[in-house]
Amino acid sequence: MADRPSIAMLSCPAPWRSDGTILLGHGSGGKLSAELVRSLFLPAFANPLLARLDDQATLQINGQRLAFTTDSFVVKPLFFPGGDIGTLAVNGTINDLAMGGAQPLFLSAAFILEEGFPVEALRRIVFSMQQAANAAGVQIVTGDTKVVERGKGDGIFINTTGIGVVPDGVELSASQARPGDKVILSGSIGEHGIAILAQREGLEFETTIVSDCAAMHTLTAAMLAASHGLRCMRDPTRGGLSSTLNEIAEQSRVSVELEETNIPVHEEVAGACELLGLDPLYVANEGKLVAIVAPGDAEAVLAAMRQHPLGREAQVIGTVKAADVAPVTMRTNLGTTRIVDMLAGDQLPRIC
Amino acid sequence: MKYLSEYRDERIARALAAEIAQAITRPWVIMEICGGQTHTIMRYGLDELLPRQVELVHGPGCPVCVTPLETIDGAITLALRPEVILVSYGDMLRVPGSQADLFHARAQGADVRVVYSPLEALKLARENPQRKVVFLAIGFETTAPANAMAAWQARQQGLDNFFLLVSHVLVPPAIRGLLTSPANRVQAFIAPGHVCTVMGCGEYEALVRDFRVPMVVGGFEPVDILQAVLMLVRQLEAGDARLENQYVRSVNYEGNLPAQRVVAEVFEVADQKWRGIGPIPQSGLRLRPEFAHYDAVQHFALQGHSVEEPAECISAQVLQGLKKPTDCPAFGMRCTPENPLGAPMVSSEGACAAYYRYRRHAVAS
Repeated sequence: MADRPSIAMLSCPAPWRSDGTILLGHGSGGKLSAELVRSLFLPAFANPLLARLDDQATLQINGQRLAFTTDSFVVKPLFFPGGDIGTLAVNGTINDLAMGGAQPLFLSAAFILEEGFPVEALRRIVFSMQQAANAAGVQIVTGDTKVVERGKGDGIFINTTGIGVVPDGVELSASQARPGDKVILSGSIGEHGIAILAQREGLEFETTIVSDCAAMHTLTAAMLAASHGLRCMRDPTRGGLSSTLNEIAEQSRVSVELEETNIPVHEEVAGACELLGLDPLYVANEGKLVAIVAPGDAEAVLAAMRQHPLGREAQVIGTVKAADVAPVTMRTNLGTTRIVDMLAGDQLPRIC
Repeated sequence: MKYLSEYRDERIARALAAEIAQAITRPWVIMEICGGQTHTIMRYGLDELLPRQVELVHGPGCPVCVTPLETIDGAITLALRPEVILVSYGDMLRVPGSQADLFHARAQGADVRVVYSPLEALKLARENPQRKVVFLAIGFETTAPANAMAAWQARQQGLDNFFLLVSHVLVPPAIRGLLTSPANRVQAFIAPGHVCTVMGCGEYEALVRDFRVPMVVGGFEPVDILQAVLMLVRQLEAGDARLENQYVRSVNYEGNLPAQRVVAEVFEVADQKWRGIGPIPQSGLRLRPEFAHYDAVQHFALQGHSVEEPAECISAQVLQGLKKPTDCPAFGMRCTPENPLGAPMVSSEGACAAYYRYRRHAVAS
């Protein structure tokens, strides 16, 4: 194949900014992650399916279109209000399939366990996975278990891979946003990230913030049934809404203008973010999606979403525009305009 | 959110901006001291609301930005020692020293932990008696009381494995330095509300008297800042020079006296180097001799070394309000938050990073 990369291409054309070591920021879903994908994985594995950079690859096999995706889960703490690493591992992969418009069918589950990890905790996690899979109507059909020495892991890491069927006529991709399209968000942002942070840091708020972790394939199915004008769906997990919208804008070579007043943030999340110096636009979600919809179909999609329990608070939060200086801007609630940038690495709590 | 949304209300903000436009007859240069205020101005685009005659310049009040390179290098050196747990506020981890930052040190195996309070560092010291816990004690008068309290409690508890790497700066000597500089353009100041919550207003009254410069102690929300600007514009137009307090919901004249007492018991005023600006006499805090036992520099015999900033970085002029971040030829090109040449590009409160994150579009157009 003429376009197969040579080894020389693996040496990154852009300067490799970390000093040859992997930083935590490379896994944050921000610019460092994107740089790693662009400079190493894309040229190494170059193929048109990967190059689309969607959350899932869509494969054509014997006339059947399959969505195929994988995700690894390294969350700490393992148990948090609203779920645990097991619920996340099942729902996260289901969501990656659903964002491609697929009906999720089968999952794999691979466990990397650390020597000394309590079997009772593993039992709880596996039970959560069973419950989540049953609720979503998917089967976990293959798996693997490895154990690493004490101190060489962090209790448990889980990888899940998923396969689903993409119905005929469904063609979703982050490269399809067009000027004039509407940006729809399925509900309030920031709950998962703040729930995790509060649990990890032992922060106590008056009300417990619960992760929004949920499988969204029935929501996406309802949206697809309501409209043929869906261009793209994404779940804003790591890196939050801002990273997801920056990626879509970049892949479609357009820009996105958001309306701050339309973006739902629950009061307790907003309060926690104020306290910690965090911006909810960059905080992870596990049960929210953002959809780019043709302008004429926005109302129909919105109505279908609001009928669904996971889309009750759905809102049009912005509009797609022609490419501009910044991929994503926002009209603030004061009526001024600012950039919504992609972060370099993880969001850091501010000192004061 | 009650008590917050009112301060972000579009109607109130626009009414204040209109009042400012009505009160102003000529150009004025106003500096907000605190990085938190710079962040708000950029995040909400407040300069878009203000009349053109108001020029806001951004002061040196980002604690992360002004922490000297030598302190960052010292922290990295200590972090790489196997017996040390280096404990820091989150946004210090990405600040570049002369070679690397604490994130890179962590990738090399250093034990670097992030906390929200120095008292958590104290807890780590209790839980890890075989390790040495070093807290990177940086900041303005706002973080000084908690940092002082950590040293005070370490002594109470007889901990001998807890140390502070101190780089504390004080606001009033920096303002004094700015006002005595022949290059100064600043005609009025928004004084730092959180610093005054701790320290009270007395020191700022002295500055107003000595330099006949209007000052308003200001808060951190859009309406706070616009109101402070309005109060300053009224003073400037009337030829007044008074200290006024806009942030009355937090600041009183005396400040927080118990906090001041613990700071005075643990720390003493000393000369201090500011990154990007240089040494300013009597502008910092160091541990008193009674607390020398907790001084990481002494305990680990850290060698002081002098490090040069990248020649291209104009952070000195930016931090003194002489230049805007966008006047720098490296801005957004060779200097970005991922690859910062100087500290104002690192912390979200640094003027350069705030411009980069929120206002690149205005720069380009």
